[in-house]
Amino acid sequence: MIYNEKFECMSLEELKNVQSERLKKTVSYVYQYCPFYQKKFASHGISPKDIKTIDDIVKLPFTVKDDLRDNYPFGVLSMPLAQIAEIHVSSGTTGNPTVVGYSKEDIELWSEVMARAFCCAGGLPGDMVQVAYGYGLFTGGLGAHYGALKAGMTVIPCSSGQTKRQLKIMQDFKPRILACTPSYSLFMADEAKEIGMDCKKSSWEIGVFGAEPWSDSMRKEIESIWNLSATDIYGLSEIIGPGVAQECTHKDGLHLFSDVFYPEVINPKTGKEAKEGETGMLVLTHLTKTGMPLLRYQTRDIIKITHEKCRCGRTSPRISKILGRTDDMIIVRGINVFPSQIEEVLLRIEGTEPHYQLVVERPHGGLDELEVQVELKESFFSDEVKQLQHLSDKIRDEIESVLGIGVKVRLVEPKTIARSEGKAKRVIDKRNI
Amino acid sequence: MKITQISVFLENKKGRLFEATKALGDAGVDIKALTIAENEDFGVLRMVVDKPQDALAAFKKNGFVASLTDIVAVEVDDTPGGLARILAVFNKNDLNVEYMYAFVEKTADKAIVVFRFDDPDKAIVILTKNNVKIVGKKEIQTL
Repeated sequence: MIYNEKFECMSLEELKNVQSERLKKTVSYVYQYCPFYQKKFASHGISPKDIKTIDDIVKLPFTVKDDLRDNYPFGVLSMPLAQIAEIHVSSGTTGNPTVVGYSKEDIELWSEVMARAFCCAGGLPGDMVQVAYGYGLFTGGLGAHYGALKAGMTVIPCSSGQTKRQLKIMQDFKPRILACTPSYSLFMADEAKEIGMDCKKSSWEIGVFGAEPWSDSMRKEIESIWNLSATDIYGLSEIIGPGVAQECTHKDGLHLFSDVFYPEVINPKTGKEAKEGETGMLVLTHLTKTGMPLLRYQTRDIIKITHEKCRCGRTSPRISKILGRTDDMIIVRGINVFPSQIEEVLLRIEGTEPHYQLVVERPHGGLDELEVQVELKESFFSDEVKQLQHLSDKIRDEIESVLGIGVKVRLVEPKTIARSEGKAKRVIDKRNI
Repeated sequence: MKITQISVFLENKKGRLFEATKALGDAGVDIKALTIAENEDFGVLRMVVDKPQDALAAFKKNGFVASLTDIVAVEVDDTPGGLARILAVFNKNDLNVEYMYAFVEKTADKAIVVFRFDDPDKAIVILTKNNVKIVGKKEIQTL
């Protein structure tokens, strides 16, 4: 079902007019209310009157993640804090996390795009949705929740974890839709087999899986285990959380809701527009947000885009799965992890060298595991294992409190982590994605 | 009366213990006693050797992390109850043992056991007072 046929199937010409009008409005709005953008506009010598159509968007300066960090916590808001309805937080590269403030209207927008996403995946009003994304500062849980409500669905707010209970709820309540990370769906399958459950008989017919990278082969595996249709959803908290783009039942690219989030694909080195079908960095502009609208936000996600109309009837552009990143961020169990966050922790702890490596693995049918290998500092070496164990536990606790996910820490001998010339290779991703 | 132990950090990976012992062999260092303490990911090889400074240099040269620690070597009757009699002294005097291990070689009917205490000096005073024979550096070297 197409949730908002007017906007999702609008002719390209009409869509362009809507985008132009909305961009003009947003640019004037941030120019009036956001000191951060007032300064940015001034330093680039542009003003709202330079923006007449959506094509003028290239005249606007980019916004980057560091802008959010430098203006932590509320410096990029376009409205007084008292009018902000909800705040979400995701990882920052170093120091401060990334903070996003949503106005009441933004929550409404989020509900709308997530309602579109559920329907795009094949959902219908009246369906029951089991939300097994984490609820909290992470946008996954609440975003799915709002969207399901908006679409007239019944929500089971399971959050992540307590897998046996999730399975019992599925068997007893018979939800049609499952929303969680793809790896959690495999993890649940393992638990299900352990308790002798026949996964093929599950009530789930549709999976809305996202918040971490996954491949088509993983899709096939999930679909065959659970006997459901597994669709991919894309989002990032800076833009809205989940609900930026979603696959339809044809699974031929993710429909990006471009009447509200305007996409550009640029060459990350030159900043110039990439040609249709060429890979590049996805850049997104809010066209209707009011709490914290961002202009030309560099997502650092590498994708391809197509503007061809889809067989489903939607006219929105479609993006590929994430093909890579322009930075060294990795996503582990739905959480963004920047190697720089680990480095910061290690510099605070006596007894370690800031030489480290992250190894990510996806055990078969399990959740991603992150191992942090840290070189032991010579002067800290002790003949007592318990001292070393204490050090390794301390590193683990500190990293876990910064990242918010469990990690394994392994102390290694000094000078054993490869020093590469120039930029050190911090991440070894052994996941088959 | 304290003797020097050398400890070396070993990652739990293939060939590492071999490489450590080879480094000592190449440097002409003789191992007198050894033990390994380990967890899942790493181990600490602790040894009493004839030339601890040479051993330390050899480890550093070969890229190992190593350190020296003061420990106390004690002569124990090699008869049933011999070790228990020594430990009774520790017990009575609240001497806390971090860890201990035994020498392979022995003198006549005596075994040698090394102990790591929090405070080795205090331990030596107590042991001497209780007529426990402490084995010195020289004796170790000639074993």
